[in-house]
Amino acid sequence: MRGFAQEIGALSAFRLESCIHCGICADSCHFYIATEDPQYTPIWKVEPFKQAYKREASAFAPLVRLLGLKREVTSDQLAHWQHLLFDSCNMCGRCSLICPMGIDVAALIEQARHAMFEAGLAPQELYHKAAHQRDTGQPEESAEPYRAQLLAIGMQFDVAIPLDKPEADLMLCVPRTDIEHYPKAVAALARVMSHLGVSCTFRSDGLVAENYGYFAGGKAWQRDISRRLIDQAVACKAKILIVPECGHAYSALRWEAADLYGKPLPFKVRSVTEYLAEQLQAGRLKLGAAASGATTFHDPCQLVRKGGVNDAPRALMKAMGIDLHELKNHGGFSFCCGGGGGVLDIERAAPLRYRTMENKLREIDDTGAQTFLTSCSDCRRTFDDAQAHFNWQKTPNSLLELVADNLIGGGGGA
Amino acid sequence: MDLLSFARGTGLKVALAVFCLGVVWRILAFALLRIRRDLNEPRASVPRSLAGGVLAIGSRSWPHPEFIGRTGAGEALGYSYHLGLFVVVLLFGPHITFLGSLFGFTWPALPSSVISVISVLTFTLFLAVLFRRVTHPVLRMLSNFDDYFSWFITMLVIVTGLAATAHVGGPYETLLGLHILSFDVLLIWFPFGKLMHAFYIFPSRAINGSLLARKGAVS
Repeated sequence: MRGFAQEIGALSAFRLESCIHCGICADSCHFYIATEDPQYTPIWKVEPFKQAYKREASAFAPLVRLLGLKREVTSDQLAHWQHLLFDSCNMCGRCSLICPMGIDVAALIEQARHAMFEAGLAPQELYHKAAHQRDTGQPEESAEPYRAQLLAIGMQFDVAIPLDKPEADLMLCVPRTDIEHYPKAVAALARVMSHLGVSCTFRSDGLVAENYGYFAGGKAWQRDISRRLIDQAVACKAKILIVPECGHAYSALRWEAADLYGKPLPFKVRSVTEYLAEQLQAGRLKLGAAASGATTFHDPCQLVRKGGVNDAPRALMKAMGIDLHELKNHGGFSFCCGGGGGVLDIERAAPLRYRTMENKLREIDDTGAQTFLTSCSDCRRTFDDAQAHFNWQKTPNSLLELVADNLIGGGGGA
Repeated sequence: MDLLSFARGTGLKVALAVFCLGVVWRILAFALLRIRRDLNEPRASVPRSLAGGVLAIGSRSWPHPEFIGRTGAGEALGYSYHLGLFVVVLLFGPHITFLGSLFGFTWPALPSSVISVISVLTFTLFLAVLFRRVTHPVLRMLSNFDDYFSWFITMLVIVTGLAATAHVGGPYETLLGLHILSFDVLLIWFPFGKLMHAFYIFPSRAINGSLLARKGAVS
């Protein structure tokens, strides 16, 4: 913990110092709202790290130690905090919008996860997947390598899969969630790119969009996993790296990868949703009317609240003439699906996750919409899981798939 | 040297010195830590990011509509007692005289009767704040010595001020001496505890607002 405290940057220190213990952040967090359990107050989730910072690195740290005002953080304390930092936090960032002091609580929690990882306290599911992804490029073993599965998806949906082209303007990657659960979304990505007539390619050595290093808090591993994609994008001289429908992949690549890379990326990073909205605005993408009836949309936190991709999905839906019924809390203020931040992968977290999801499912039902869309495969998977658990009637659908189903005319190239 | 002379003489000088040095050191200490440059491509230009920071100073003064149902009452209570404190500190005649001696200029005061009413209201709100802190499960869990001592010392200044103004509880000079002495203690405590939020609040909102605006995200 001393290492954590001494490594803390000025920005995080300022955030820790600025907290006035008003507790207002609790009222933004779906874990607290669902349970009314004070331990789920977002800022409380970094309490040991605040304690360590004040003792080791704050302005009056020597005085704090001399007078024993803050005790050393114990390993038991940290072990208890594993539940608070991983099982009961999606890193969704809603707490960062409510703080009257303007503290980005979610950023502090992400930093605390780094310290937990260094202390050997990342949950096993996340740790092992991160280690596997760092070593092999895949978070888990699969019956067939993802490269072979990708080509099989192309055959299944009769769409050409651009793979391992030596040069391309766009490099594509894919959520492993889509490969394993939503192959139509993979085919949709290839189909829209083919329709646009852009020069693009998947790369066998940089296929997986997700970053389990980000979930587990392993900063060096996160860097290595991002590096795999960065190196492939550089190798094929890509101008843009297209992040598929995966919120955390977007955060890791769009807002963190360059810092870990140590210099600005030599290409742009765009989510497929914002890229398609840009093509729509430029007149290169034309969409027909989607027969989806009354539709609602779940805003993935990492894309919308933390990533600023708020208007793009709505522009695409508008172009398809969708009758959008917004959720009560939507856009930047949407509640998380409950599975983000790796929580979906933590088995023991499931009962709490289901409890927090009830409010979200109610909001979706209250819209009266027949169709339910989102633009993140992990969110989709979380809602699918809830459908099975609650015998819920709605099925989450991919916005990208809907776009691919409603392409009209020929593309004009990017 | 009697209590009043000490409180507004040596006591005040020492307190002001600790206050100034402590505040400056607490802010300077951030500069000794690493400041990382964000290397990721921004969505918004530098001027738009800065504008987002300035806007956040105002927008975070009141909860977003999505949150107000859950937090409006608590925030209203918080702002109310702060407002009461500002009025009493800045618009009470004797305070203006004292501040004028420090800054070299003065401004009009509110009538003492108005200040008395506001002081009593502020005192009541302060009690409500403490009640809320010890009864609300989240606040009770988050609270530590800093929260309670900061409340206590501020309340002591209010109570001694009310007593001195109302001439209740002892000779005026003693009450005034206690009032100024409690203010001296508040000044000494200020840089060590959460009262520092007075200096942090606007920069903190501006920095976060600016960083979120850089990403094009809502703040």
